Amino acid sequence: MSHHDAAHAGGAHDAHGDHRPSIYDPRRWLFSTNHKDIGTMYLVFAIIAGLIGGAMSGLIRWELKEPGITFLPHLVHVPHAILEQVRLGVMNADQLWAWKVDAAKHFYDTLVTYHGLIMIFFMVMPAMIGGFGNWFVPLMIGAPDMAFPRMNNISFWLLPVSFTLAMISFLVPGAGDHAGFGGGWTLYAPLSTNWGGGATPFSYHDGPAMDFLILSLHIAGASSILGAINFITTIFNMRAPGMTLHRMPLFVWSMLVTVWLLVLSLPVLAGALTMLLTDRNFHTNFFNPAGGGDPVMYQHLFWFFGHPEVYILILPGFGMVSQIVSTFSRKPVFGYLGMAYAMVSIGLIGFVVWAHHMYTVGMGLDLEAYFIAATMVIAVPTGIKIFSWIATMWGGSIDFKVPMLWAIGFIFLFTVGGVTGVVLANSGVDTSFHDTYYVVAHFHYVLSLGAVFAIFGGFFYWIPKMSGYRYNGFLAGLQFWIMFIGVNIVFFPQHFLGAQGMPRRHVDYNEAYQYWNNISTIGYLITAVGVLVFLVTLVEMFLVKRKAGANPWGEGANTLEWSLSSPPPFHQFNELPVIKPEAGH
Amino acid sequence: MKRGALSTIAAGAAAIFGAGSALAAEGAPTPGGVHFQEPATAVMRDIVSFHDNWLMPIIVGVSVFVLALLLWVIVRFNRRANPTPRKFTHNLLVEVIWTIVPVIILVVIASQSFPLIIKEETIPQSEYTLKVTGRSWSWAYEYPDLGVSFTSSILSDEDIAARNAGDPEVPARRLLSTTEPLVVPVGANVHVLVTSEDVIHAWAVPSFGVKEDAIMGRVNETWFNVDSPGVYYGQCSELCGKDHAFMPIEVRAVSRAEFAEWVVAQGGTMPGAPAVGAGGEPEAAAAAPTR
Ligand code: HEM
Ligand SMILES: [Cu+2]
Ligand SMILES: [Cu+2]
Repeated sequence: MSHHDAAHAGGAHDAHGDHRPSIYDPRRWLFSTNHKDIGTMYLVFAIIAGLIGGAMSGLIRWELKEPGITFLPHLVHVPHAILEQVRLGVMNADQLWAWKVDAAKHFYDTLVTYHGLIMIFFMVMPAMIGGFGNWFVPLMIGAPDMAFPRMNNISFWLLPVSFTLAMISFLVPGAGDHAGFGGGWTLYAPLSTNWGGGATPFSYHDGPAMDFLILSLHIAGASSILGAINFITTIFNMRAPGMTLHRMPLFVWSMLVTVWLLVLSLPVLAGALTMLLTDRNFHTNFFNPAGGGDPVMYQHLFWFFGHPEVYILILPGFGMVSQIVSTFSRKPVFGYLGMAYAMVSIGLIGFVVWAHHMYTVGMGLDLEAYFIAATMVIAVPTGIKIFSWIATMWGGSIDFKVPMLWAIGFIFLFTVGGVTGVVLANSGVDTSFHDTYYVVAHFHYVLSLGAVFAIFGGFFYWIPKMSGYRYNGFLAGLQFWIMFIGVNIVFFPQHFLGAQGMPRRHVDYNEAYQYWNNISTIGYLITAVGVLVFLVTLVEMFLVKRKAGANPWGEGANTLEWSLSSPPPFHQFNELPVIKPEAGH
Repeated sequence: MKRGALSTIAAGAAAIFGAGSALAAEGAPTPGGVHFQEPATAVMRDIVSFHDNWLMPIIVGVSVFVLALLLWVIVRFNRRANPTPRKFTHNLLVEVIWTIVPVIILVVIASQSFPLIIKEETIPQSEYTLKVTGRSWSWAYEYPDLGVSFTSSILSDEDIAARNAGDPEVPARRLLSTTEPLVVPVGANVHVLVTSEDVIHAWAVPSFGVKEDAIMGRVNETWFNVDSPGVYYGQCSELCGKDHAFMPIEVRAVSRAEFAEWVVAQGGTMPGAPAVGAGGEPEAAAAAPTR
């Protein structure tokens, strides 16, 4: 977008005043106010959370490999009281197994729940917003740091607190004897309340697990809101001279839209969670029909947050893919303004489509018609993005470096996820697909194959800048191909399962669904190998220490971060770079 | 209405599915299947045709188009084939095209989508009203006007084995068959009221094109009209706790005569028949519309 003459302003100048503390000094991390260190912590956190969430999905897929409940019973925690009964001979081995099978049903539900929550709140969001956002928004707009560095610190450190609470929630009693909350990441009331008990002890969550989870999500939400305020302030107030809004790199635009969505949608989630908390603990009846409340109101509140949230998960990816495609095509982004305002309009429309997640609650014809129309409108700006990426490559001189592989994979697989979204938008057909594996396939195509591909693309694009080292191209390329094949084998067959009517969140299935479930699990194993190769690539990179220059990608990489050394100085842009309009822009 | 559940079921099943009764259809998943279950109602046929004739061609077309463009740029504009990149960043014509064409496609989709939801959501004049109540974890059924009500739970593995040992025409299916199937008449509009006693469940029968949330404190409505006799399965489709995967739905669609027999066997009264209890409603039958 813009030329700059920052090379001397940033890198060279700062180098001699650069007091970079040792990485072994805990104070550097605990008290960090440095956007790059905080970004690094976010990325490390996201990788760890991603491995935990990924392990949970492995347990899910392993249980679903064969019909019957065969695997998870081996893993469930058996309370002391039950063991005592076995010891006393009151319970024989068969009865113990039956108890474990029963417990495994709830355990399965908790795995599905915490897998979703971890991947959304503790993997994708921290990686994209906290990690890449913190690292590169200040660098790309020519700012020395974020606007509120100490708030940045607390935004990050709230996250491990929140994650710890979520893990506690996973382990403490949730429903009756069984640990954890098993009501899905959507936390629908009344299942997430504790009104039940009596004849149906497991249908409600009477234990503390749900309360811990509410607390965890409140804190994660506070962390995100603080982070979002920080980004908004930084982007509006700390751009270098000449860096007008319309000259900002698209990644910064994507972050700006994302954080606005966060600020506007998270308070609604917080409200819904608070109502759940008081319904559970203080006998309010927000969602209890017996007291004049309405369970459907919970869903409206949740999805008023939830739909913008799914765009929060993908918009930074849009930004990263734009940078990557432009860099490796050695060509400026096609239709820059269209790209920026497509994201703005996706953000705006994203607030008025929420009830497409609730077509089966009995909302009536008129409302369904409205939500169908509004939802499909989103496909227009989404199409503009897809075609503009391709137009950016068109006429370019494309270098198929690893980040570019991920970006091209993203464009295609996101398209596949997008078109199934358009199918689901039609409530008439959603009657068949809602709450089946078709929906699971849809959102994993946009998330596991969309957002995650964007994250890997961004990671390999920027890791030379962040670490100062080049990755091993063979290993990283190998990881791409293994994962590309693996995730498609996991998720494509799930469209078939959904069409055949297999409901989601079922621990067991009829034998007719075995064929594709088995293949899906094989896909998981392939994907897991890809993740291992990723870890090997990381270790290899830090062991071999191939030095990366300031700009390993050449002329196509013309945003400000590439004008700095790799890794950048601890404090950059003490003398602000001046951005001049690009000739002929 | 009191009866030994199992013996009544056995007797009823024998009466309904005795030798010679044409039980062609089965609405169940097929091993390795990649498409919808066989439709059993006009609504489901419309869903399938909207999906197959409109949505699929469009989404496959769009995906293949994007893939082809990507492959083209990969082959044509890689570093070797095109060493010097061009620098253009705008082309008004293509930008207008890729905004307008999707809009047109979406309008076409909507033009097909709206009639479908009107059909699904407009409850026609119905002969029978069926009340479905979800509870953790079984379904309670009631024909309020016929004086029939019962509960239907999952059939245990032992009972499935026992039933299949007799080599029945329609085998019992694991996780799909129930202790007592819901029986409905073929070719009649059935107005379904769905509610819940506790958490949210969803009453779904894929081959009917029906999925309706069962929510405490609210009565949702939907409808179906089954084409031909058969057994149609469904499963709870809203996470409702531990045994969510174990509260199946089994619907047996039978001829009107067999339905009437079944109602009587359940201790109910068909409208027009000499009243046993209260509530025979002769007009209901007279008003039977063709849908
Ligand atoms: C063209 C764009 C899109 C359209 C029209 C669309 C439409 C829909 C619809 C109608 C549903 C509800 C399906 C159901 O539950 O029956 C849905 C579910 C979902 N979508 Fe999309 N979608 C689009 C893009 C995305 C994107 C970009 C993401 C995130 C990156 C996303 C993530 C999800 C998730 C997570 C769910 C499932 C939520 C749940 O029930 O747990 N979608 N989508
Ligand atoms: Cu949505
Ligand atoms: Cu259920």
